[in-house]
Amino acid sequence: MQRPDMSVVLAGITMRNPVMTASGTFGYGAEFADYLDLESIGAMVTKGLSLKPKAGNPTPRIVETPGGMLNAIGLQNVGIDTFIEQKLPYLKDVNTPVIANLYGNTLEEYGEVASRLDGLAGVAGIEVNISCPNVKQGGIVFGTDPGAAKEVVSLVKRNTSKPLIVKLSPNVTDVVLMAKACADAGADALSLINTLTGMAIDLERRRPVLANVTGGLSGPAIKPVALRMVWQVAKAVKLPLIGIGGIMNGRDALEFMLAGATAVQVGTASFLDPSAAQRIAQEMEQYLVDNGIDSVRSLIGALEV
Amino acid sequence: MQFKSMVISNVEVSPNYFRMRMTAPQELSSSVPGQFVMLKVNDAIDPLLRRPFGLFDVGSFVPEYAGCGAQVYCEILYKVVGKGTKLLSTLHHGDLVDLLVPLGKGFQMGPAGEEKVLVGGGVGLAPLYYLAKQLKERGEKVRLFAGGRNRDDVLCITEFERLGVETYVATDDGTLGERGFVTQVLERHLASGMRIFACGPTPMLNAVAKMSEKHGVPCQVSMEAYMACGVGACLGCVMKGANHSDETPDYRCVCKDGPVFDSFELQWS
Repeated sequence: MQRPDMSVVLAGITMRNPVMTASGTFGYGAEFADYLDLESIGAMVTKGLSLKPKAGNPTPRIVETPGGMLNAIGLQNVGIDTFIEQKLPYLKDVNTPVIANLYGNTLEEYGEVASRLDGLAGVAGIEVNISCPNVKQGGIVFGTDPGAAKEVVSLVKRNTSKPLIVKLSPNVTDVVLMAKACADAGADALSLINTLTGMAIDLERRRPVLANVTGGLSGPAIKPVALRMVWQVAKAVKLPLIGIGGIMNGRDALEFMLAGATAVQVGTASFLDPSAAQRIAQEMEQYLVDNGIDSVRSLIGALEV
Repeated sequence: MQFKSMVISNVEVSPNYFRMRMTAPQELSSSVPGQFVMLKVNDAIDPLLRRPFGLFDVGSFVPEYAGCGAQVYCEILYKVVGKGTKLLSTLHHGDLVDLLVPLGKGFQMGPAGEEKVLVGGGVGLAPLYYLAKQLKERGEKVRLFAGGRNRDDVLCITEFERLGVETYVATDDGTLGERGFVTQVLERHLASGMRIFACGPTPMLNAVAKMSEKHGVPCQVSMEAYMACGVGACLGCVMKGANHSDETPDYRCVCKDGPVFDSFELQWS
């Protein structure tokens, strides 16, 4: 039998398969080159970039919880200029689309970072983070208020000609409302979900484990929430979606596609298995072979309710 | 690299302390003492993350199968502290674990002729044994200062002595060696022309780092931190660099920039 067609097109970006790496979990790509073939995955999303380098939060920054982990890294990154000078040349030589994830401390910074990435060869698209739960500015404020989200997405849209993906927060009452606001403001695709705000307590010390007190929960524990949100948004918004949340294997990824996702992002799984993204793409393909399915695209939104 | 490893033995060497030997890839024979492995205890999602362990030993053995050539093994020394290490302690010969090896930057052994001083507390002795072995192979003079709360925390001293390492022991309760902190014993012996290699609880490393500065003795410390990825991607394991301040933060990644640092690179309290 012929190999199934695993390719998808997301907001004009052609990917050899639907598996992307999630921002903040794959460094700038090179960190993982010893463990998987970077040209075997659909796309790479780099660590969130800000205008100036950012140091991140005090430690401890991570803690494991059943079925997941909490992080409060605080968007530590090298800054947009260093990214362009030092990280992008390596990524340019990899034949896999690179999506640059970005955020700003202010509305204006979002626009500035986006415009510096515009026209750059080697960046296939941008993903705007309006949903980090771990920083005061540039994070959750834009991600929980539809008006603010609309404003920031519109501004970024004016500053870029690249496909614009907006990453949504699950820490809202109505994710559909946020999705619609971003769609109205010109987003070309939506990725969901970012981490859920959580907390861990050290009973002996009677203190929070994380220095930041709260952190973002990721991993298998959040998959049901993510699936529900992807399904809800898919029904309400006519944009391609990227499903994120606790994807550990090919079956998890395909469930997100049934719920309406065109592609998926693998995050926490890369920490425990650095080859996870490649393995997941292979497992998806195997499922298609085993079930006689010609194209992975036929599964997008094919959930029967 | 990622490697499916078979447990060869897993023995309790002291109450709650285990020494586990595993098959290892050929590449590990050129690893540097101080480097570490990330080990996935099982395929379950709880515990979810890998666990980091310093290399206690790397060597070769000939399996008891006909016609088998020498193969590489590695050992870790660990204390049962939580869910992951508890599960690890139940593994037996023949069980499989998933390893990422070798990770991080190890010790730089320095020029020959100096006296090499190893300072370890509890499981902090683990990377020092592998280091002692290589230093002795180079024909260096090596002294070990080992500490713990009580005799049960002072591990594998005989193995060090077998290498020809002169050992000094101190325990908080005096059940083995001198009563008191190992750093007090160390201070009496410190002199120029020495080089310190330390691994253990942070307060101990703090004291050793300060002492080394005071006596002008170069010092490397192997740090421990919570880690998620082990390859420098998640930035979860950072610690404060020497020039860190709230205005100009300076974080060093333990898994990638370390786990071994020159003591002057880090900020001590």
